[in-house]
Amino acid sequence: MELAWVLGTPLFGAIVLAVLGARRSAAELNVVISLATLIAAAALVLRIIGHGSMTVAHEQFFVDPFNVFLIALTALIGFTTAVFSRPYMRIEQDHGRLNTHRLRLYHSMYQLFMAAMLVALSTNNMGLLWVAMEAATLSTVLLVSLYRTRASIEAAWKYFILCGVGIALALFGTILLYFAAERLLGGEGMKALLWTHLNAVKGQLDPTVIGLAFVFLLVGYGTKVGLAPLHNWLPDAHAEGPTPVSAVLSGLLLNVAMYAVVRCKILAAGAMHSALPGRMLMVFGLLSTVLAAFLLWRQRDIKRLFGYSSIEHMGIITFAFGMGGPLANFAALLHMTVHSLTKSAIFFAAGHASQIAGTQRIDGIRGLLAVSPTVGWGLMLGSLAILGTPPFGVFTSEYMVLITAMRDHPWATPFLLVALAVAFAAIFFKVQPMVFGETDAQRLPHPPALVPVFVHLSIVLMLGLYIPPALAQWYRLAASLIG
Amino acid sequence: MMPPLNLATQLLHVLAAGLLMISFAMLAQRRTRRLIVLLAWQGVVLTASTLLVAVTAHLQHLYYSAALTLIEKVWLMPWILLRLMRRLGIEGDSDPLVNIPTLMLVGLGLVIFAFGLAQPISSLATTVTRQTLGIAMAVILLAFLMMIARHKAVTQVIGFLAMENGLFFAATSTTYGMPMVIELGIALDLLVGVFIFGIFFFQIREQFDSLDLHQLEALKED
Repeated sequence: MELAWVLGTPLFGAIVLAVLGARRSAAELNVVISLATLIAAAALVLRIIGHGSMTVAHEQFFVDPFNVFLIALTALIGFTTAVFSRPYMRIEQDHGRLNTHRLRLYHSMYQLFMAAMLVALSTNNMGLLWVAMEAATLSTVLLVSLYRTRASIEAAWKYFILCGVGIALALFGTILLYFAAERLLGGEGMKALLWTHLNAVKGQLDPTVIGLAFVFLLVGYGTKVGLAPLHNWLPDAHAEGPTPVSAVLSGLLLNVAMYAVVRCKILAAGAMHSALPGRMLMVFGLLSTVLAAFLLWRQRDIKRLFGYSSIEHMGIITFAFGMGGPLANFAALLHMTVHSLTKSAIFFAAGHASQIAGTQRIDGIRGLLAVSPTVGWGLMLGSLAILGTPPFGVFTSEYMVLITAMRDHPWATPFLLVALAVAFAAIFFKVQPMVFGETDAQRLPHPPALVPVFVHLSIVLMLGLYIPPALAQWYRLAASLIG
Repeated sequence: MMPPLNLATQLLHVLAAGLLMISFAMLAQRRTRRLIVLLAWQGVVLTASTLLVAVTAHLQHLYYSAALTLIEKVWLMPWILLRLMRRLGIEGDSDPLVNIPTLMLVGLGLVIFAFGLAQPISSLATTVTRQTLGIAMAVILLAFLMMIARHKAVTQVIGFLAMENGLFFAATSTTYGMPMVIELGIALDLLVGVFIFGIFFFQIREQFDSLDLHQLEALKED
């Protein structure tokens, strides 16, 4: 019942906003709908804590500690981004970059995107997971090109084609998975696509077919995670789309794609009786981390900079899931949480920063503290948090990843350390002059909604200092499910 | 010693070979309009093969699947694409920069690779169509090659749709198709995708005065 509300609210919201989205009050409506989704998600969490995992609708959907945690995170960031987007999009409209028709498209697609992600997270059906992932891409493509500039159209086209190809490969992987399972579970109903059934018989699935299926699934969904070498779309889409879209792409879509990869990895590791799937995740993750860290130096656009930082962090998460085991999985889950919260907070601050400066170029943004202390501090603290400075939560999770790597895979540690150091230097030296320094920029016409930035950052700070026992227990449970 | 093949299986092999031939023809075709016609022919072959499997294996859902393919891939998609081209006034467009002999050679290599990859899986399949998995993979890879080699927005989309045709063929040849609900979902996503492609063509045209993707090269690592 709670799940129906979680999925139904944004879907209903998409329809309502498709009709009413052009009104002045659409932004408020968007906030209200997102809040309703968040409340429904909270109710779902309470139910899972009380009653444990459940399957609904003829087992087509299921909720366990692993995905309920991501559902809650998605609903939370969906809500805070809606709060942020209200004044942000109003300023963009005043600047003449948007008209009411595009705002209607934006609001409606925002809710549709939320719905698609929540379906992807809660479905038990690997086929439906694919359909929902594709729907999430399709609903954001037109948002990336919302400004209709040359650069934004190019970014959206790249996003569409690369993710389209990626998702096609994932479909082939799904077909192979179905093929392997159909021989055990039969083609009747849809048992052979249901993850819970697949998980129950994973030891008997044919290792050759599952191995091949996993390669396709990893490359396919990995494209959406932003793993190198198929990461090209990510910085462009993040830089050229409106900032709220960058925030949800980075904070949420990447997580959802990561979730799909992890679900597939659980099956593959069980079927192949070997560490190969984990090793593949480790290699892809490490490659992305190192590559992104070095590419950070060359960025001149503030949103591209943090786009590359997302690739780096998704690489770390992938690497941690690849190592497996209770500690690494715990670290990966924690890192998913803190990265989403911090990165969306940074995008909120960076969005307002570029509105103040009138450009996204890093050398054009100067002296934020003088114009708007909240934006300046938001960007500075957010950057420090994402760079893994103690006492923020990112430090905790990165530390756990590092010590696990040192214990189990010492060869990987130097790569990780170098990447983290390079990323630290690159981002710190680029952010520092933007925040401090002189400027003649003007204040914004609408007061920016920066409460979300500080809410996110204080949660991240809290997770760094103290993880509530209930939450820690929850992470542990989810980590043990992943295996 | 392989058992003699019955008539249906032989027919299926002929159709699969036809699909592969069309893929090569698409690789070599410069004119966009003819590419769309070839795409529709791929749809025809897919419909025929799905129908044939439905008859021989007595599977109800494959009849629906065949009907869906006929409507979506033979009629709707090519119709939308042709209409779009007429609206944009690029019916006679061609892609002159493609080096066809090299493409053909790379394509041949891909086919061999695809058969090698499919070998262990086809030996496990129990369907009447199992030997055609190699061809399905070859079709996917050839479409991939086409997307990489072409520079026009429309041709890339056609490559994308050809790839989906290959995926569909892979699904029918290994598992008698995915469950109906999933197939409907995929078809819907694809349709929305083509619709968005259509919007894109206009956006690209509006901003760049051309559908040549060489112009979309502003966003580089620098």
